[in-house]
Amino acid sequence: MSTLPRTETARDRAVRDGMTPEPPGTDDATRATGTADSTAPTASPAPHPRRTASLTLGLALALLLAALLSAGTGAYEIPLGDVVGSLLHQLHLGGGALDRGGDSVLWQVRLPRVVLAVLVGGSLGCAGALMQGVFGNPLAEPGVIGISSGAAVGAVGALALGLTFLGNWTVPACAFAAGLLTVLIVYALARSGGRTEVVTLILTGIAVNAFAGALIGLFLFFADTAQLSQITFWQLGSLSQATWPKVLAVLPCALAGLAVAPRYARRLDLLALGERPARHLGVEVERLRMALVLVVALLTAAAVAVAGVITFVGLLVPHLLRMAAGPGHRFLIPGSALGGALVLVVADLAARTVAQPAELPLGVLTALFGSPFFFWLLRRTRRKQGGWA
Amino acid sequence: MIGKLFAGRGRRLPRGTVAGQPYARAEALTVRLGGRTVLRGVELTARAGEVLALVGPNGAGKSTLLAALAADLPAAGGAVHIDGRPAVDWSAPELALRRSVLPQSAALSFPFTVAEVVRMGRAPWAGTPAADADEGAVAAAMAATEVAGFAGRPFSALSGGERARVALARVLAQRAPLLLLDEPTAALDLRHQELVLGICRERAAAGDAVVAVLHDLGLAAAYADRAAVLHDGVLAAQGPPAEVFTAELLSRVYRQPVEVFGHPRTGIPLVMPHRDR
Repeated sequence: MSTLPRTETARDRAVRDGMTPEPPGTDDATRATGTADSTAPTASPAPHPRRTASLTLGLALALLLAALLSAGTGAYEIPLGDVVGSLLHQLHLGGGALDRGGDSVLWQVRLPRVVLAVLVGGSLGCAGALMQGVFGNPLAEPGVIGISSGAAVGAVGALALGLTFLGNWTVPACAFAAGLLTVLIVYALARSGGRTEVVTLILTGIAVNAFAGALIGLFLFFADTAQLSQITFWQLGSLSQATWPKVLAVLPCALAGLAVAPRYARRLDLLALGERPARHLGVEVERLRMALVLVVALLTAAAVAVAGVITFVGLLVPHLLRMAAGPGHRFLIPGSALGGALVLVVADLAARTVAQPAELPLGVLTALFGSPFFFWLLRRTRRKQGGWA
Repeated sequence: MIGKLFAGRGRRLPRGTVAGQPYARAEALTVRLGGRTVLRGVELTARAGEVLALVGPNGAGKSTLLAALAADLPAAGGAVHIDGRPAVDWSAPELALRRSVLPQSAALSFPFTVAEVVRMGRAPWAGTPAADADEGAVAAAMAATEVAGFAGRPFSALSGGERARVALARVLAQRAPLLLLDEPTAALDLRHQELVLGICRERAAAGDAVVAVLHDLGLAAAYADRAAVLHDGVLAAQGPPAEVFTAELLSRVYRQPVEVFGHPRTGIPLVMPHRDR
């Protein structure tokens, strides 16, 4: 007491103001049980727990239905019941085998394609949600800021140069390396003083996209005719070359990324407060950022390597979910993975059925529907907050 | 799962404080920013159970000193100690259990609701026994800052003063023994200025060390146990406001003639610019 001459006045004032003064020297227990106001009403619980639960369930069910539907639809129709039956049969849970032709179409053509759509869509949606969280900016998306095209440079380079040093994994590995390099470049160029301005971010994206486009052009210039058509088709974005070995090639990348991403949800929430406040709440910001940049590169590379550049999925899905269920990343990250998978399965189904027997490139289709959404997003933000600074 | 398993690993929880115990200390602290020396040889101690006001003209280094005490800025010379250890030796999660910081302006990238923002203040305690008190701490902080009425609204839809109070609620919910507040009253109306400094006193009475950057010398005189006057990166004076706030010192530091006189009822010093009308 004697070391603090004015404690008495402090406490007197507290009494005068009708507060109950604590004896100075609280210990952990009193701090933990609350010293300020034990009679205060309890805060309302998190605002959307039921909505996020039902949304998750809805998305999962829709994804399952879309996947089964997509597996049965095409030039060779397989009724939904038979698809389920064949799946159950393979899992030794009853059901019934299809005839030879149906079995081959379902298991060698359709299912690898559906599984690939789920993996690619999930990776893109999840990568979009993570990017937006890391940059604290709703416009960050692997496609918009140039990471997809960066990864594409790696993939195209591997195809054009005929690299096979890692067998099946060569293209994903090259896409990952190039994607990672691009993320780091964008990250270094677009940030200054711990902030990313939207204009800088978008301009960086334009520059990176232009540079990547030039590199891809160079590779095309030096490629022979067979490689040329392979690369051009791949570039438009498509899942038509889906095979089980391809699924296996991206599975590790996609699964690793999707598995670790939710671990960062809480810290990403805190990062929304800004870099310093997040650090004040115990987040090791630089470490978090580097880890997430790696995860994003992993997910984007997985998607780009097998499906080419498919834009706007990572932008559109997290945005819609944020509007529906709030910005909390604990739902947003898994939700965006589910939503991205759903969008891509549906888009792929549309891509191969609307212009039968021809097949639209998937990347063209998502950009066709994604771009108007982007316009709408820009206008909406302008109306609400006067645009992005 | 794994995150939860390892959340509490190796973190030292803060012990209780004893009134008058030095909790954060700047020793011969020198801070350089962009090649310019912003603080020079500052000696300052924040003690448990007292409110310390940092005052001084614009650009004197108040916010820099606060950021240095928060372990945001590296010391070019001298050192900052928090809870008996050099600030640089604490990890970010351990520091978060010991000091909370109210930034000068509150920003938010995504439209979280007020309740969600305040609940973010509890993040450092996840995985510790104190996590059980999360809901109570959030509710108490929102009640104290009078933001419970708009708990469900998105932060981005609030006015400047409301945002400032929500940010303060988040800082209070953190329940760290050291509170560092950068201009907590800047955006607030008369009633809420008094409310916020009342909260500071309440926290100090509960054993916390409170350091606040204040521009209003009247508020500092009325609510602070001690005031530190910064001038060009140097501590010009520190002590009880009644002793430190002299017309001579303040006129010199602020380069503006001021008058200091006692309040007719309480005797607390009032500082007014010298005016002829």
